[in-house]
Amino acid sequence: MQDHELQRARLTRRRVLGGMGIASLALMSPPASAQETVDLHVPGGPSTRMITTSYPQKGRMILQRSSPPWLETPFEVFDKGVFTPNDQHYVSWHWATFPGDIDVDSFRLTVRGQVNQTLSLSLKDILQSLPRFDIAAVNQCAGNSRIYAVPRVAGAQWADGSMSNAIWTGVRLKDVLDRAGVKPGAIQVRFGGLDEPVMPDAPKFLKSLTIDHARDGEVMIAFAMNGEQLPLLNGFPLRLVVPGWCGVYWVKMLNDIEVLDQSDTNYWTTTGYRVPDTPHNTVKPGETGFKLVPVTRNAPRSFITNIRDGDGVPVGTPASARGIAFGGDCGVARVDLSIDGGQSWQPTELGANQGTYGFRQWQTQFTLSARGPHTLMVRCTNTKNEAQPGFRVWNPAGYLFNTIETTHVVAA
Amino acid sequence: MLRTVLTTVAVLGLVLLPHPGQATAITTLKSLKLDVPASDAMFPGGPGSDAINNNCLACHSADHVLNQPSLSREAWQEVVNKMITAYKAPVSPDDAKAIVDYLARTKGPDKASNARAQQ
Repeated sequence: MQDHELQRARLTRRRVLGGMGIASLALMSPPASAQETVDLHVPGGPSTRMITTSYPQKGRMILQRSSPPWLETPFEVFDKGVFTPNDQHYVSWHWATFPGDIDVDSFRLTVRGQVNQTLSLSLKDILQSLPRFDIAAVNQCAGNSRIYAVPRVAGAQWADGSMSNAIWTGVRLKDVLDRAGVKPGAIQVRFGGLDEPVMPDAPKFLKSLTIDHARDGEVMIAFAMNGEQLPLLNGFPLRLVVPGWCGVYWVKMLNDIEVLDQSDTNYWTTTGYRVPDTPHNTVKPGETGFKLVPVTRNAPRSFITNIRDGDGVPVGTPASARGIAFGGDCGVARVDLSIDGGQSWQPTELGANQGTYGFRQWQTQFTLSARGPHTLMVRCTNTKNEAQPGFRVWNPAGYLFNTIETTHVVAA
Repeated sequence: MLRTVLTTVAVLGLVLLPHPGQATAITTLKSLKLDVPASDAMFPGGPGSDAINNNCLACHSADHVLNQPSLSREAWQEVVNKMITAYKAPVSPDDAKAIVDYLARTKGPDKASNARAQQ
């Protein structure tokens, strides 16, 4: 039995590695429990990933990268409800050097720069001396769904699971800035965490917001998600929550806030995470001469969660479709379903609104009257009347993909 | 069996979540001391494997690369250049060439057409 399992694991690994020799397989040592795999159904490249349960405070996750960890939420989790369990909230780190050992008594959050008074706040200060609030918000990596880019592009090969929704609890960034007293002339606020680059010359991971955005009353310094302290890999003890904006801004293990009176010039603000300044951030492969701008807000998206590509659907009888949607930087106005490849659309019924920036469930019934293949599509329109595009969003770095999703089924 | 039980607990947990707008009563945080797994996996052997093993694994595990799609030599050159210029990887010009050769050989465009042909 053991031998059989070992052989099966080797064969699976062999497929992942593209048929490398057995001798070199012996050098591979993934976590012992990572024998289960998932097929991400992507043509022309490694399609299979390990399922891991080896990371602290994390359940079953898709192993995209061991170190620094990229752990993807398995897609079936999104069919269970609008809030992603903390132990399956996706994980993404830029640099491998971050602590596993955090003492809550000695941890301090510094607020410095263009302020009247530099602050060094303890976690007790933050939890007990400032007003707190809750907000539901989707944390989505700017590169979510990059693996489906056509043509393929380099970067984290996320399928659709580098997104997760939670109810975040914390204090307003505005209140913390007010306590420090922002000086006139401040234009941006820059955020840093406990993570450090391995190479000392490499750019520390930092992101900035404009002073007005930082003081909008919604940007949060979060100390809890779904009623519990943050898992280490999701940024314990504090992370920035920027509702409606891409996860790259949600700085984890936040310990440094710097108010700036000049534009931030660090790599991650000026060079990294940039998209073409074109409609839907889309260009043709090989196209040049477009301006690049930073990724900022999320765009509307929707997914069918109870029917997967290739599934069979009974012919001639009503079937249920359900899933999740989010509006991006505003709420969901409507979600429509097409059962004829996008020629016609029918409205779906939205579930309870559990927060402007969170996932919203949708459901409907549909009937496929003819046997054979059919193409289901789902489209979210947000409260700013922005709908997901039907054409393929593409840019060289694979950011902000939000094309209408297509699910092929067979009626029988 | 255990997984079934855990799933049930997770679903119940969702139902019991506090309503948005009603801030959670959490008053203190508990210190953490956890081990985050690393990976000691190496790149498959072959010409240039020493260069890629010696230069790339300090910052990221091998699966970072092995999970990438097949890319053209030019695209791999661009990736290696980015690691050196943007992320300050201390790679000698000779090693950079060996790494690009390794990637173009093991994860080049002919690999993509092979993969497509097998489907």
